Amino acid sequence: MSATNLHMYALATPLIGAFAVMVAGQFSRRATAPIVLGVLSFSFAAALTVFLQVLSGGGFRYVVGNWLAPYGIELSVDHLGSLMQVLVSGVALTASVSAVKSVARDLEDRQHLFFTLYLILVAGLHGLVLTADAFNVYVLLEIASITAYGLIALGRGRAIVSSFNYVIMGSTGACFYLLGIGYLYILTGTLNMADLARIIPTLQSGPALATAFSFCIVGLWIKMAFFPLHVWLPNAYSDMPDGAAVLVAPLMTKVTIYLMIRFMFSIFSPAYEFIQHAGVQQIVVGIAAVGIVCASAMALGQRDLRRMLTYLIVAEVGYMVGGVWLANAQGLTGAILHIVNDALMTLCLFLAVSAIASRVEDLGFENLRGLTRRMPLTVAALVVAALSMIGVPPTCGFFSKWYLLLGGIEAGQWLYVGALIFSSLVNAVLFFRVIEIAYFRTPDEGVHGSGHEAVPVREAPAAMLQPLVVAAAALVVVGLATGPLVQHVIRFALPGGF
Amino acid sequence: MNLQPSYWPLAAVLISLLGTVPILLSDRRPNLREAWTVLISIGKFVIVASMLPAVLEGGGYRFTLAEVLPGVAIALRVDAMGMYFALVASFLWILTSIYSIGYMRALDEHDQTRYYASFAVAMSATVGVAFSANLLTLYLFYEMLSLSTYPLVTHKQDAEARSAGRKYLTYLLGTSVALTLPAMILIYTLTGTLDFTVGGILAGKADASTVSILLVLLVFGFAKAAVMPLHGWLPAAMVAPTPVSSFLHGVAVVKVGVFSILRMVFFVFGTGLLADLNLGMVLTTLASVTVLAASLVALTQDNLKRRLAYSTIGQLSYMILGAGMLTAAGMTGGLLHLSMHAFGKITLFLCAGAIYVAAHKSNISEMDGLGRRMPVTYAAFFMASVSIIGMPPMGGFLSKWSMVIGAIDGGQLLLVAVILISSLLNAAYFFPIVYRGFFARAEGENGREEIREAPVLCLVPLSVTALFCLVLFLWPTLALELIQRVVSP
Repeated sequence: MSATNLHMYALATPLIGAFAVMVAGQFSRRATAPIVLGVLSFSFAAALTVFLQVLSGGGFRYVVGNWLAPYGIELSVDHLGSLMQVLVSGVALTASVSAVKSVARDLEDRQHLFFTLYLILVAGLHGLVLTADAFNVYVLLEIASITAYGLIALGRGRAIVSSFNYVIMGSTGACFYLLGIGYLYILTGTLNMADLARIIPTLQSGPALATAFSFCIVGLWIKMAFFPLHVWLPNAYSDMPDGAAVLVAPLMTKVTIYLMIRFMFSIFSPAYEFIQHAGVQQIVVGIAAVGIVCASAMALGQRDLRRMLTYLIVAEVGYMVGGVWLANAQGLTGAILHIVNDALMTLCLFLAVSAIASRVEDLGFENLRGLTRRMPLTVAALVVAALSMIGVPPTCGFFSKWYLLLGGIEAGQWLYVGALIFSSLVNAVLFFRVIEIAYFRTPDEGVHGSGHEAVPVREAPAAMLQPLVVAAAALVVVGLATGPLVQHVIRFALPGGF
Repeated sequence: MNLQPSYWPLAAVLISLLGTVPILLSDRRPNLREAWTVLISIGKFVIVASMLPAVLEGGGYRFTLAEVLPGVAIALRVDAMGMYFALVASFLWILTSIYSIGYMRALDEHDQTRYYASFAVAMSATVGVAFSANLLTLYLFYEMLSLSTYPLVTHKQDAEARSAGRKYLTYLLGTSVALTLPAMILIYTLTGTLDFTVGGILAGKADASTVSILLVLLVFGFAKAAVMPLHGWLPAAMVAPTPVSSFLHGVAVVKVGVFSILRMVFFVFGTGLLADLNLGMVLTTLASVTVLAASLVALTQDNLKRRLAYSTIGQLSYMILGAGMLTAAGMTGGLLHLSMHAFGKITLFLCAGAIYVAAHKSNISEMDGLGRRMPVTYAAFFMASVSIIGMPPMGGFLSKWSMVIGAIDGGQLLLVAVILISSLLNAAYFFPIVYRGFFARAEGENGREEIREAPVLCLVPLSVTALFCLVLFLWPTLALELIQRVVSP
């Protein structure tokens, strides 16, 4: 296989794997796991190889099937894109190790159907981070979303209703995006990102162009659950099966934020959105700040671990959108860094939730009492993830917050800076509350001497613990590696003039 | 200053962090576990001490882990100030570990493995703070200390421990995120670096009001220094087992707070800048209020550990007071008090623990006549309190005397009054304990017959630390040499 096609193989193997799983799963339930893990491992290895290539040789453009643009689909494998591809494939692989176990328990005879959707979703995400065609984004976004709707509907309780709400909101978002793309096509005659970037500055900047821009951005905002368009997320993410949550929660919103960055900087330019329409930037950062505060406050009111985490996802989206719209290098660096860091943190958190759920039926806070004794490793990993969410060095969460704060101060966006600090403090309260409950067995537990009955340690199954430990370790390793990450990768993702 | 790159600073920090693994693994064999703890503590002290010769010659060591932000790395630096603190802390950890063994076993405490493992991590963080090369690394280890001491503070796991733990983290994490982090970012924005540099990094980079705001943010941001009104966590933390209170809240945690503030004063702000902007007054005012108020509150406390806690709050601010004088003698006195107070206060807490183990008494009103049955403990208590009050022939006299001279040198006679009055107050809340222990007669005297001295493993450490209070008076040379390099580089 040719090295120049490797990124395509990274995308194609999950797709082919999906069909293989669907067919093989009809005959043998035990065939599902090896296919899933094998396919995702290959995909990760390929993505990593491409990333290393890009680091040493620079990015490249790739034409699918040798049909040239503007009719064919072009892919752009640059620093940011290949970083995202490594992130997507890495998270997918780590998540699937745990998912295989939890889905075997939750959805015994529908495993192969679950993983069919799962692998198509992964393929869709791969495509989204590589594509350089605006309409292709719509197609892949819908592929990813529809498979997500399906995965959510396989969940517990009111999952079907939550999924349906998501269908409505998600399709609305997709329609907005499609309309925006339609306007752009009418104005420019092309859907290829590079061509659009060339043509747009030459256009008369009128209401049509502004409408196109806003429709696309709002569509993406709905998809990424940017406050106040986030209402579908808490239910959808809480009700989905754990095996799906470990994949969807870390990746969907982050890839959508990546799409917003692509849209804003590879199609439109900073000059357009920041200088020509300067007022918009202030408003967006303001909304982001309000969103961070509101989502954090709503998380405080939750009594269930999963729901608490979903509101935190909404707050984190606020961090990143605010960071991008700060219109300076520090802010954008922080936002891109936070995409990576938040994906890892969310992965670690949801893996921990999955591990806890394997031993504890209901994740309401009362049921988490004394968890530290029963599941010490799981709680330890949860603590590391919590530290990253709060922003304690050397975990990665600290460093992206650092850049975002620097960017906010540089841009004079004090509301945003205040919101970030407020959010750190709220995260400290939120996670500390959970950890305290896990640490103390009963409200008035008094343990004197050694005369208490030893609580048996019943950890999560190894298949769930291993990815959890890897994810927790990754939080520290990526944190320490922030310097090279910013220097050698993210710096190239910043548009010129920043 | 010539700092050689070396792995030794990293080894000094990591030895106890890595040591948690054998401690956790020997959960079922207590003797092995305790042996590991003592071994690691001795090892740590040996590594720290091995770096002393280079520091005394005017050099030092450095180690860089990773450059995580432009211009800021996670790095360690062994210089005179860090060496001074690390020596005190690591030496006292050896004694505390031995004491812990006696204490925990005498009370048959639960979860001892968690206790020893958390202690090891906390020590790693303490030495990490001592050897931090910049504000980011210091912040990292500072947070690590707050988090690793939480299981120690809440060891008893009852309702009181729960609420004490909440207070503890609220104060310490809240201030570090809300005050220290913004200050750190502000300094980075102004200077582009966070490295500790002789003479400070802020000179010429910020105007007077910004520097003042930074100073206040950092003094309160490092809430471990218990400057009022952010002192409330310390009395609450007294629910911890006594070795925790004695070492962490007499030596490690609280000294980390003061050490961090003093690092800022000497290596980020620079004494020259503070003198030019007349900001020494900010430090001395905040410190004086704390010193006097804490000493007054200590008088009202019946619980022995709480009285000692308020005493600690006051004594910590002496160090800030000394530094704030910005005169050579004053700063020397403030820094010297770090070791004098450490040895004195740890003795006092260890005695409190011994009293609890031997007689199960925590309140001073119930301790009448105990001195006659526990003479060694009370003698140690007496020696340590003399040191803390600041009378010869104990070490504390040297530091307080130096501070008085420093105040006179700086023409700040009000501070002389503060020091003298507070020393009188110190005597007022310490001497009655000793007097009543030896000379008073308790009701129900017969109950006292069964009370014997504390176990040997408790007695030996507290006697050693008490003797050191005397030794440091007679031979303060090492401490003074190291301090000299900080005050007049």
